[in-house]
Amino acid sequence: MSVSADDVRHIARLARIAIDEAEIANYATQLSNILDFVAQMDAVDTSGVEPLSHPQDLSSPYRDDKVTEVDRREVYQADAPEVRDYLYLVPRVVE
Amino acid sequence: MPGEFPTSLRALETGLANKDFSSVELTTHYLERVTRYNPQINAYITVCHDSALEQARQADDSRAKGTASHLAGIPYANKDIFCTEGVKTSCGSRMLDNWKASYDAHVVEQLHRHGLVMLGKTNMDEFAMGSSNETSFYGPVNNPWDISRVAGGSSGGSAAAVAAGMAPVSTGTDTGGSIRQPAAFCGVSGIKPTYGRVSRYGMVAFASSLDQGGVFGSSAEDLALMLGLIAGHDERDSTSLTEESEDFARLLGSEVTGLKIGLPLEYFGDDLDDDIGTAIQAAAAELESRGATIKDISLPNTPLSIPAYYVIAPAEASSNLSRYDGVRFGYRCKDPKDLQDLYERSRGEGFGKEVTRRILVGTYALSSGYYDAYYRKAQQIRRLIKNDFVSAFEQVDVILGPTTPTTAYKLDERIDDPVTMYLGDIYTTSVNLAGLPGLSIPAGFSDGLPIGMQLIGNYLQEARLLALAHQFQQATDWHEKSAPGFE
Repeated sequence: MSVSADDVRHIARLARIAIDEAEIANYATQLSNILDFVAQMDAVDTSGVEPLSHPQDLSSPYRDDKVTEVDRREVYQADAPEVRDYLYLVPRVVE
Repeated sequence: MPGEFPTSLRALETGLANKDFSSVELTTHYLERVTRYNPQINAYITVCHDSALEQARQADDSRAKGTASHLAGIPYANKDIFCTEGVKTSCGSRMLDNWKASYDAHVVEQLHRHGLVMLGKTNMDEFAMGSSNETSFYGPVNNPWDISRVAGGSSGGSAAAVAAGMAPVSTGTDTGGSIRQPAAFCGVSGIKPTYGRVSRYGMVAFASSLDQGGVFGSSAEDLALMLGLIAGHDERDSTSLTEESEDFARLLGSEVTGLKIGLPLEYFGDDLDDDIGTAIQAAAAELESRGATIKDISLPNTPLSIPAYYVIAPAEASSNLSRYDGVRFGYRCKDPKDLQDLYERSRGEGFGKEVTRRILVGTYALSSGYYDAYYRKAQQIRRLIKNDFVSAFEQVDVILGPTTPTTAYKLDERIDDPVTMYLGDIYTTSVNLAGLPGLSIPAGFSDGLPIGMQLIGNYLQEARLLALAHQFQQATDWHEKSAPGFE
């Protein structure tokens, strides 16, 4: 499995991570190596094997529908990058 | 190890109870060792000098009043993945370098409820992604046995802190070996309990179906005492087991006679260093001489555990780490030109290379058209790996093998070659994929570097594993060796 520079740019875009152009080729090589390595899974016949998403096949626990969270807005927002009137600020989205 | 104070938890508990020394004296002693040795080792990201002494004073007060819990006043080091209210919780990342957690993790609550004293927050691979502690934003941890070598990872700081006598015990987390492997490299004891034993509440998420909290110490007995404090049901973690905590030390005195121990053929192949193979076989022979039965077993899908793990863990990570968006907390880039730029540059500048690599691999594996080939396939192999263990535990009580194929390697040796780095996790990742308990204890040396022996148990069999480890430590003194220069 060979990952191209354009593939890296596409995946990075999906993951919302900016990558320096100078690093793209290196990531392409490393991702290719990793995907080549994991490709050994292809040799295993897994037809009929139920995927295991969790070690203990847990069922979802239920709880009473009660309010358990208290309002700690000021604490949570103390470390936020930019806040005004309890709102998180980001660059303008709609012109 | 450290001069006038004992190191085992039992002895520390006795010393505190008998007023041979106070928690303030003990805590001061450890803080002094941190000041002296941390510049060489880099085990701590944050040292909590003042709050540690305050907690120590409170522990001394509660002992004077007779209201103290039995381990009150004992200092510990806390992996910087556990949220600590008002104290920086960096997870080894630039992304969280500026973040003080707004609440305590379940593990932290439990330890503080029992009066333990937090000396500081320990270094780790960024977001626990790494096997050498070299991916930390705060620089690598140097191995106390040879400071030109890695301490292992991701809980490298917690393992090295115990090895260098900068804490008697410490917390860790283990997603693919992150407690057991650094324990092996640093010559200390470490346990990853059954998945779900220890609440993940307030433990920064890496791969949620694999992450599990645990502890480091100088002996199996220390691990048993610490695990008893942090295990147990917590409704704030939806995968927390309903089992309450137990007295994990209750079986420590049990003989090994009659115990069936399995040695997996796949753990003794060509990739295993000869000295480690010899030491582990000698350890098995020691247990056999004490009455255990040794049996060869097979875990045939072991070689597939690394490829399956390095699909599943990055896939879960790519999802978990999407929360770091530069908006609500954590790092934000300077002068974003629009929202897309804010997301992309905050994440690009905030994450290091290994975290970026894993997010990219995970994103790719989960993307349209590739899901079945990678993620679903890896989950099917995960089932096969679990089934291997289920069959093995029909024949034996405990599985014994090496923790790592090599001893600690040189800093910079593998950091630019991810696949070689990943291959070092060959004996540990399968245990997380299956959700089983596993521990590592010292079992010898090769060229002056510690060798770790891994014991793997069936679900919820931590007490039995710890008992076997304790019996081994009664018969041997590998765990009592100190790194030269850190006695």
